[in-house]
Amino acid sequence: MATDSSAYEEMIKGLWRDNPVFVQVLGMCPMLAVTNSAINAVVMGLATFFVLVGSSFLVSSFKQWIPKQVRISLYIIIIATFVTVVDYSLLALLPAIHKELGAFIPLIVANCMILGRQEAFASKHNVKYAVMDAVGMSGGFMIALFALGSVREILGVGAFFGIDLFGTNFESWVIMILPPGGFLTLGLLLLFFNWFTERRREFLLKVAESDRMAYVDGDK
Amino acid sequence: MMNNKDPKLLLQSAPLLRQELTTPAAMKDVWIALLPATAAALWFFGLGALLILITSIAGAVLTEWVFTDKDKRRFAMSDTSAGLTGLLLGLTLPPGLPLWMAFLGGSVSIGLGKVIWGGLGSNLFNPALLGRAFLLGTFPIAMTTWGAAGGPGDFFQIHSSNLAWPFMQGQYDALSTATPLGLMKFEHETTALSSLFLGNTAGSIGETSSLLLLFGGVFLLFRRGIEWRIPAAIFLTASLFSLAMLLINGADSNYPSPLFTLFSGGLLLGTFFMATDPVTSPLTPKGCWIFGIGIGFLVVLIRLYGGLPEGMLYAILLMNAATPLIDRYTQPKIFGRKS
Amino acid sequence: MTDKHDKTKASSIVTQEPSSTRLIVSMAVAGFISGIIIIAIYMLTFETIKENKARELREAVFKVLPDVSFMQKLHFIDNKLIVVKAEGMDDEMIFAGYDPQRKFIGYAIQGKGPGFQDTIHVLFGYLSSKQNVVGMEILDSRETPGLGDKIFKDMDFVGEFSNLPISKDIKAVKKGKKTQENEIDAITGATISSKAVVRIINKAFNKWSPRLPQQGSEPVLEKQDNQ
Repeated sequence: MATDSSAYEEMIKGLWRDNPVFVQVLGMCPMLAVTNSAINAVVMGLATFFVLVGSSFLVSSFKQWIPKQVRISLYIIIIATFVTVVDYSLLALLPAIHKELGAFIPLIVANCMILGRQEAFASKHNVKYAVMDAVGMSGGFMIALFALGSVREILGVGAFFGIDLFGTNFESWVIMILPPGGFLTLGLLLLFFNWFTERRREFLLKVAESDRMAYVDGDK
Repeated sequence: MMNNKDPKLLLQSAPLLRQELTTPAAMKDVWIALLPATAAALWFFGLGALLILITSIAGAVLTEWVFTDKDKRRFAMSDTSAGLTGLLLGLTLPPGLPLWMAFLGGSVSIGLGKVIWGGLGSNLFNPALLGRAFLLGTFPIAMTTWGAAGGPGDFFQIHSSNLAWPFMQGQYDALSTATPLGLMKFEHETTALSSLFLGNTAGSIGETSSLLLLFGGVFLLFRRGIEWRIPAAIFLTASLFSLAMLLINGADSNYPSPLFTLFSGGLLLGTFFMATDPVTSPLTPKGCWIFGIGIGFLVVLIRLYGGLPEGMLYAILLMNAATPLIDRYTQPKIFGRKS
Repeated sequence: MTDKHDKTKASSIVTQEPSSTRLIVSMAVAGFISGIIIIAIYMLTFETIKENKARELREAVFKVLPDVSFMQKLHFIDNKLIVVKAEGMDDEMIFAGYDPQRKFIGYAIQGKGPGFQDTIHVLFGYLSSKQNVVGMEILDSRETPGLGDKIFKDMDFVGEFSNLPISKDIKAVKKGKKTQENEIDAITGATISSKAVVRIINKAFNKWSPRLPQQGSEPVLEKQDNQ
């Protein structure tokens, strides 16, 4: 079915081509603040996933009834409700991780990626596409969080998901679990991402060029 | 934004000084100026220090080589500036530092301190100090564990901590000692000026012998390799400020004398070889005074009231950050024009 | 963004201004539903959260006061200590610990103060019979990971508080320079955090020691339902 492949396309774009962190550079606050270990990054990613998918679903379902003039306030009410649900659930189920993530769970409300998806996508598309888009975007967000959290935990503590990797003699890179390490690692990841994208574009151009030449040659 | 605001474009009227000063020649002067202090450092700290200098230079040069375009390498590398950055970084490191950290530091100095900004002349911060700041933030304990300066007999002794495997902690053999500044800050003990002058104290590899650093600095001043206003402003401000603090708090207080302030820690090394870096210091004479006064003030402030015993690193980096602003506000006015 | 998937007529909805009533009603409905959901989740998780918090505090008290099996909260009001059972904690409260025979053992006293980065919240056990600190636990801190957080991760440092006379103020001295009974070794590289902990304990102790009752007249353990 044609529509299925385009729904799939909406999901896949968030993972890489329109990645909310690496390409749109959105949601920087949780990105920098809570990624000092892989587990924190994953939990924050899951919380964002839940909030974004839920809000996109609701916004897309009720878009006919949402008046344009108050749409932002309504989006915020919807998002904030989901965030509160996540906040209390984490506090009850995973108190240790809630302590680590602390103030950043309530701050998911202010994650501009979530509001951005409601405004740019969910309010204009039907439920299926909105949910697919939300899944893709939060998936991309989670990939970025996870990448940053893994690098910082491996270098900063010498562990991965709390499992010691290098033995007791490992010299931990203290800066990596501090805020400057977040900025440094994110900058380097962005550098790498852009370098890779550029390389890929150049390569595709080259391929296209040689194809064209082959076509021209064959034409003669 | 566009007219006369570009700080790199400084308009001055005649007479203009003509001198044959190219980048490689200027770099050569700095190498020569650093030679006596480096030699003294090796005398005091032995082969281990030499290995640190070599690895940090290697880290810097290799990183420059990797990140430079293949066809520009020959030209870009010929000014030896990457090696110089590596040497300057090495001179600010403690002698017992694991070698892999020195290599990483050299690599960060060039990678994050220079290449990422667009290469020589485009960086905002002094690359060597940026590398040191990175190491200090990343390995705070290794970067503040100081071995005592040994005698000539210890020349061939290498600290076992130097030879730690990459990513592993160094095992420190001898008891670590405190630097003169550390003694002053935490134990309220002063170190004799003669020791500071000759250099047989604990400290970073290159910051021990004040006398030889002064020689190097004077040589550079004589060769006009550096702007004299910056060292002058730093020395004046630092000594006046510490004298004032001493007078306010009484002579028997734990405040250092102006001479101690000048000759301890990295003040001389930083003043002559890092603060005067032409890329990261202001262009106008007035700007140089402001820059130097800022460093002199900040270094004493950090030493007296900061958490760390030494403040030269952050004093210079902070003023580096202020340099574009200083340049903008000290542009000479064009005659007859209202700003 | 292409609108090729757009199955609705989103653009045609807002051709005319909706009335204010409609705006207000839609906001009110959304707020009402959101409020109901929030109250529901609050009520659903309330018990678990309360239990988590109480357990955390109880575990901390048991940690700083060895051999304790019962505890109760004491509140200092009107110049005397009274037993409270209500939830919640404030700065005027301490804990009393009792052994299995319900005999009084010691107090767990909390203190707060500035650390290197942010407020450190300390709980320490105090044996009034020996005038000793018998345990220390950091309840909350934001000290530098890898350095300052050794105040609770470095077991040598925590262990120094397991039998420490506090009749005179405790002092943190440089590692290896300990000469007096009431001195402890500060953590290398985290002198400021170590000294902060000591300062907080001294301050809390000096605040509470005149408030504690004479030996032998400690408050008795009252019957509690949850123990």
